[in-house]
Amino acid sequence: MNWTVVQRILGLLLMMFSLTMLPPVGVSIIYSDPAWLPFVESFLLTLFSGLVIWFPVRRSRKDLRLRDGFLVVASFWSVLGTFGALPFYLTDIPQMSFIDSLFESMSGLTTTGATVLTGLDGLPNSILWYRQQLQWLGGMGIIVLAVAVLPMLGVGGMQLYRAETPGPVKDTKLTPRITETAKALWYVYLAFTITCTVGYKLAGMGWFDAVSHAFSTVAIGGFSTHDLSIGHFESTTIDLIAVFFMFAAGINFSLHFFAWRFVQIKHYSRDPEFRAYVFILLIVSAIVIVSLSYLGVYAEGEQNFVNGLFQAVSIATTTGFTTVNFSQWPGALPVLLIFASFIGGSAGSTAGGMKVIRWLLIYKQGVREISRLIHPSAEIPVKLGASAVPVRVVDAVWGFFSVYVVVFGAMLLAMMATGLDQVTAFSAVAATLNNLGPGLGDVASGFMTVNDPAKWIAIVGMLLGRLEIFTLLVLFTPVFWRH
Amino acid sequence: MKILILGAGQVGSSAAYHLSREEANEVTVVDTSAEVLRDLQDRLDIRTVVGNGAYPDVLERAGASDADIIVALTDSDETNMVACQVAYTLHHTPTKIARIRSADYMNAKKLFTQDAIPVDVRISPEQLVCEYVEQLILYPGALQVLEFANGRVRLVGARADRDGLLVGQQIAALKEHIPNTEGRIAAIYRNGKSIEPDGDTVIQEGDEIFFVAARQDVRVFMSEMRKLEDPVRRVVIAGGGNIGLRLALALEQTNNVKLIERDPVRARIISEQLNKAIVLVGDAADEELLLEENIDNVDVFCALTNAEEANILSAMLSKRLGAHKVMALINRPSYAELVESGSIDIAISPQQVTIGSLLAHVRRGDVVKVHSLKRGTAEAIEAVAHGTAEESQVVGRKVEEIDLPRGAAIIALARGDKVIIAHHDTVIETDDHVILFLTDRRQIERLENLFQVGVSFV
Repeated sequence: MNWTVVQRILGLLLMMFSLTMLPPVGVSIIYSDPAWLPFVESFLLTLFSGLVIWFPVRRSRKDLRLRDGFLVVASFWSVLGTFGALPFYLTDIPQMSFIDSLFESMSGLTTTGATVLTGLDGLPNSILWYRQQLQWLGGMGIIVLAVAVLPMLGVGGMQLYRAETPGPVKDTKLTPRITETAKALWYVYLAFTITCTVGYKLAGMGWFDAVSHAFSTVAIGGFSTHDLSIGHFESTTIDLIAVFFMFAAGINFSLHFFAWRFVQIKHYSRDPEFRAYVFILLIVSAIVIVSLSYLGVYAEGEQNFVNGLFQAVSIATTTGFTTVNFSQWPGALPVLLIFASFIGGSAGSTAGGMKVIRWLLIYKQGVREISRLIHPSAEIPVKLGASAVPVRVVDAVWGFFSVYVVVFGAMLLAMMATGLDQVTAFSAVAATLNNLGPGLGDVASGFMTVNDPAKWIAIVGMLLGRLEIFTLLVLFTPVFWRH
Repeated sequence: MKILILGAGQVGSSAAYHLSREEANEVTVVDTSAEVLRDLQDRLDIRTVVGNGAYPDVLERAGASDADIIVALTDSDETNMVACQVAYTLHHTPTKIARIRSADYMNAKKLFTQDAIPVDVRISPEQLVCEYVEQLILYPGALQVLEFANGRVRLVGARADRDGLLVGQQIAALKEHIPNTEGRIAAIYRNGKSIEPDGDTVIQEGDEIFFVAARQDVRVFMSEMRKLEDPVRRVVIAGGGNIGLRLALALEQTNNVKLIERDPVRARIISEQLNKAIVLVGDAADEELLLEENIDNVDVFCALTNAEEANILSAMLSKRLGAHKVMALINRPSYAELVESGSIDIAISPQQVTIGSLLAHVRRGDVVKVHSLKRGTAEAIEAVAHGTAEESQVVGRKVEEIDLPRGAAIIALARGDKVIIAHHDTVIETDDHVILFLTDRRQIERLENLFQVGVSFV
């Protein structure tokens, strides 16, 4: 383990992160709210901590190894969550305990979108902005951002990039240089954010709300500046814009990159994961809309359609915006949506969940077993599109799946042990591990009523979900620390 | 510069390593083995594409449409040639470099035109290595002999020993020792670190010295550094592969050459091609065989088989049995470092020999030749100065007036047929071939800028 290199990068990243405390100060000044001081304090504290960590080892120039990459990413996300909590903890409005601050910060960074705050509409704008901004930074990944702007990461950048980006196959680079790849991803991300902002604005939001919601939409986060989330605006146009951008942000960003680079869109339809993603969204939306219409939940047919579509896309992509309280919907609908969040978005997107491609591979293996029963001596590779998937990747998918199930079970039991009822515990774990946000039962609108131990479990769950379990879990294995 | 490398073998991966560590290059490597590529991508900041490099579809995926250079280094000559042709036909790739092993192709110069097989530069690592070894045999005592300006200027690396006339004296004394010979010490490495030589520097025993001189003066100069060795007469080559055979062919007229080859069939084939050299069938690490062939009288033993471990062992064995000088072909840089200071006199690294000819085409400005030295940390460069005094930052200036980056030195000029050893007051003219020595490779970009005829300086 190259401790000094890890320490140096950690310090640098922390100093970089401290800069993100400055925009809220600007917001605070523009809207003359009283919350600027906590941000300045947090900025100085974070910057200074980073400096203290970085300074003693600033000359360390070794290459980052594979293990160091894991360590940097996992520890950085934990440290980041903690420092990100500072403004919440220091501000007077709202008064927040440490655990609540940490929860809010982690929920933001991991793009979960579960909140412990009520009365959002009355909070200072700077605090609201900061929450949205956390989601935006966490969406594409703050380490990917660092790789883009700090060229010194070089080869080690690949190790970091791999440890942070979601999906089973992480070796595909968009450009030869990792820095350029990271930049390209952030450009695409930025372009989406800007178009989404303009869309929201044209549909009737104010600038502040437009930018804020664009942040959490393209990050597939789910934080809002209003208690009623997107439902606050009562606008079908806004709902549909949100649906479109949630859908787009759940697609693998390398597809967007190619679309932008070569000005073509036909490659979307050729991508097997994209097709599966669209198919799943269509099926889920159709079931929800048809059920709502059949049961006549809303008087107007249009309402059934819009709310059905919106909730299906929002929950299935793990965003977590709400227009209506879907946990009150009849029959299996609420649980169906929670189940859909296990699938989540595509690999290489900002969405959570287990990712469409993993489910696709698992499904294809199921199909293969059936074929094998019929043709016992057939050689049947698992194929994605035209090419066979390497056995290693398929194995890794199963490994991921089993660990996911075990972690889920363990967290579910732990949550119930803290006193939550089964529905609440189940949906709370799903909401955090899938980086979804809202759950069912007591956590339908947020985690404010949940006890502290359950909040800690939720924080761990969010982090596990964002780093796709293994990056974090690997640090807790003896093998990792053995020399 | 966007560079496409086909083939991730020894040469391919070392080319990727050298090229990708220069900030300005974007390197994509294509190979058929996904595993090799994964390992490579873990170590280097490059993009990799799995597939046959000659296929249009694979080239397209690897970004051939905007590549500046395609370097085809796969095992197969045919694949390399087709890849260049495909890249040129479909993507108009400006510079196409291919590794061509077969001498038959190499000799058919007419083949490589834009409308037949558009390969701009043909590299044969075997030939380069063979020439390299030939030079070392020609100049006994040299660790490295590099040619510039079509062979008129030579840069020679040698280790100073007790018997060198200059050892223990200041460099300035050189003028008194050999007043009529022009030459210059370009760099000195002491204990592996470079020290900047000036007139007062005292040469010590064990220093690794690089000096530049006209071809005919090299031997005189060498005597200043170490005891002059007798010309090599008896050479034993282990390994009758491409390199071994080429070397034997090149040396058999002037030297007494024996070649050891393990495979009887191969031995038969090469014995038919050789006229004077003796081909021995057997194992190069067979003590009996070596003794029988009077290894203790041999001037140079070259282990040139494909297996580097076998090369190291047979070279060490020959050294112990009394061979005067042993050389071994070693691919892995770490092995080379291990053995070179000890029992093996010279470790020959095919990658390092080959990479220079690639680097020359990647450099901006009119760079004719690049030699990579000291495992890629240093470089010797031949660049042509263009433009007028107003346009160029070098033309019309004295050497001392040129704003060279740290660790860089202008050591010689080739002007027409003349060789000029650079002094502080030598004035550079347009079209001069300027030979530079760069001990700190990281300054390469500044050096490139210097030799570009920049619009900004008009």
